[in-house]
Amino acid sequence: MDKFVTHTGKAVAINLANIDTDQIIPKQFLKRIERSGYGEFLFYDWRFTPTGEIIADFVLNRSESADASILISGENFGCGSSREHAPWSLLDYGFRVVIAPSFADIFYNNSLKTGLLPVRLSPDDTLTLMERANSLPDHEICVDLDVSIVTDNQGFAAEFEINEFRKYCLVNGLDDIGLSLQYESAIDAYERSRQQNQPFLAFSS
Amino acid sequence: MSTTYDKIWDAHVVHAEEGRPALLYVDLHLVHEVTSPQAFEGLRLTNRKLRCPDLTYATVDHAIPTKNRNLPFADPIAAKQVGTLRQNCKDFGVRLFDLDRIEQGIVHVFGPEQGLTRPGMIIVCGDSHTATHGAFGSLAFGIGTSEVEHVLATQTLPQTKAKNFLINVEGELPFGVTSKDVILAIINQIGTAGATGYVIEYAGSTIRSLSVEGRMTVCNMSIEAGARAGLIAPDSATFEYLKGRPFSPKGDDWERSIEYWSGLPSDPDADYDRTVELDATDLAPYVTWGTSPEMSTTINDRVPDPASIGDGTKRRSYERALEYMDLEPDRSIESINIDRVFIGSCTNSRIEDLREAAKVVHGYKISGGVHGMVVPGSMQIKRQAEAEGLAAIFEDAGFEWRDAGCSMCLAMNDDVLSDGERCASTSNRNFEGRQGRGGRTHLVSPSMAAAAAIAGHFVDIRDWKFKEN
Ligand code: SF4
Repeated sequence: MDKFVTHTGKAVAINLANIDTDQIIPKQFLKRIERSGYGEFLFYDWRFTPTGEIIADFVLNRSESADASILISGENFGCGSSREHAPWSLLDYGFRVVIAPSFADIFYNNSLKTGLLPVRLSPDDTLTLMERANSLPDHEICVDLDVSIVTDNQGFAAEFEINEFRKYCLVNGLDDIGLSLQYESAIDAYERSRQQNQPFLAFSS
Repeated sequence: MSTTYDKIWDAHVVHAEEGRPALLYVDLHLVHEVTSPQAFEGLRLTNRKLRCPDLTYATVDHAIPTKNRNLPFADPIAAKQVGTLRQNCKDFGVRLFDLDRIEQGIVHVFGPEQGLTRPGMIIVCGDSHTATHGAFGSLAFGIGTSEVEHVLATQTLPQTKAKNFLINVEGELPFGVTSKDVILAIINQIGTAGATGYVIEYAGSTIRSLSVEGRMTVCNMSIEAGARAGLIAPDSATFEYLKGRPFSPKGDDWERSIEYWSGLPSDPDADYDRTVELDATDLAPYVTWGTSPEMSTTINDRVPDPASIGDGTKRRSYERALEYMDLEPDRSIESINIDRVFIGSCTNSRIEDLREAAKVVHGYKISGGVHGMVVPGSMQIKRQAEAEGLAAIFEDAGFEWRDAGCSMCLAMNDDVLSDGERCASTSNRNFEGRQGRGGRTHLVSPSMAAAAAIAGHFVDIRDWKFKEN
């Protein structure tokens, strides 16, 4: 996983609540067995017509959104399925941060594990950033994970909450599996005690 | 003073330390073709092994066709995905219930059916509807592919504890109102993010009186309220269901298991961070009208008017949903005509669901112009339904009778709605495009879906003229 320390970039806003994983990456693109290459399918049904033509007025298709790397959305972003293809597609498309008042649980976890930073801000702060992203051509947002602060070049500043341990993993680009395997002897011990004390828990067939 | 969730949590802590997520042991890991290829590949790249092949079981369900399965797949990418799972299972020693097996089925249907699911377990799967298994009093939740890889490699998962949410449903369900209506009513009341950060425990006399199948329907849709998981304390109905299943404990182990499971219900004085009460006696059949499972109302009601909504973001979501669904405000639900009916998915594809639907269909024909499809949750259910004569009832009425799989619940295979088609569906998500781009999904119970197929529009199942006998 890539490290995440700070990120500065342009933002695009989609002011809708409950943007679900079927919108982020429709299921027909889940059949691939790779982890990469999902960016071209991001928000596919919103970006393209059924015949594959570009829908010019969808915000991601506007020329001023071309180099955006921060997505701002309404509440409960990423609800729906557990597909990690959702953060994969956002990352692959070029997003490093999603800002929303709230996120669905699995999406939030998946993002942290892929190096996409989900940032929860209050509804009012989210709206402020959305309005600025929409109206100011030179608007830029900076997310500093080390101190958990979001700022912009218009004087905005807000702290956001993130689990300290998760932050530590992201800032150092640590692999969860490697971390857990440090406790391999504890896993062994757990299994042994299970076998001794509750052997009936094992499958019989 | 502990809830069932607390008890299961405590029994699975492998390592805990201040300021870190706890490392929890996973008792059962269910695997399917769509969310696992990158995880197995990750093991290969890092030279890691599958830690517990005996706790890992796979089936194919999401991308597979539900007819003509003796032929090569028409979709080469799906074929490759299934082929990859087969190879991975072989290479890593995972038991696979493949297309040629009677056990094959939707991952959340086949697990309980085989007795793999048990009370008190931690069960994970790379699928958000894993909470289905919570109906047995287990802690079951969906995970992403990185976490799938983590469980394959370590049989554990780092987790932060969620809060406890009690949903207490009391009273006898009126005729025609099912477990599906109970969960749709709950989601309607608390919202799609209403339980984010919580594990829900469903309790109360209504929940107790549900069959284990009905409980699975309720727990299945916990994610649609944003919950990490949903569960129901195990009781004699749970034990009865599990007895004699292929993987269930036998002999002495069975007795000792019951003893252990009997200690799992929440203590009477357990603390919950939040409680919601629901009166089952005034529930009615539900129909969703929008593009989120919370956008629902009862069969006798009307489509809401977004203009009456104060909150701007919500109003926009309502307007957008009505536009997508091609519905006008104040339209009566019963006047909505449908083109397709889908009876299936891990929410409602078990034998009891098929019996309910068949009772309605018996002696009728599908309305002209409506296309109906019944997709059993597992091949075992398919065979049972055939033996009970249910398949004949569906086929006589004009339904297609398919092989087991997820099918049009997520439309990854060729079971897809066309642009503009409207479907009464027993599945769990009515998101834009969920069943096909431009497709319009209304979530209902199996009997409501069956009745809609016959009538060509939504009807109140409580007024249905049953022809059986
Ligand atoms: S039936 Fe639908 S919800 Fe259930 S596992 Fe399959 S795709 Fe997921």
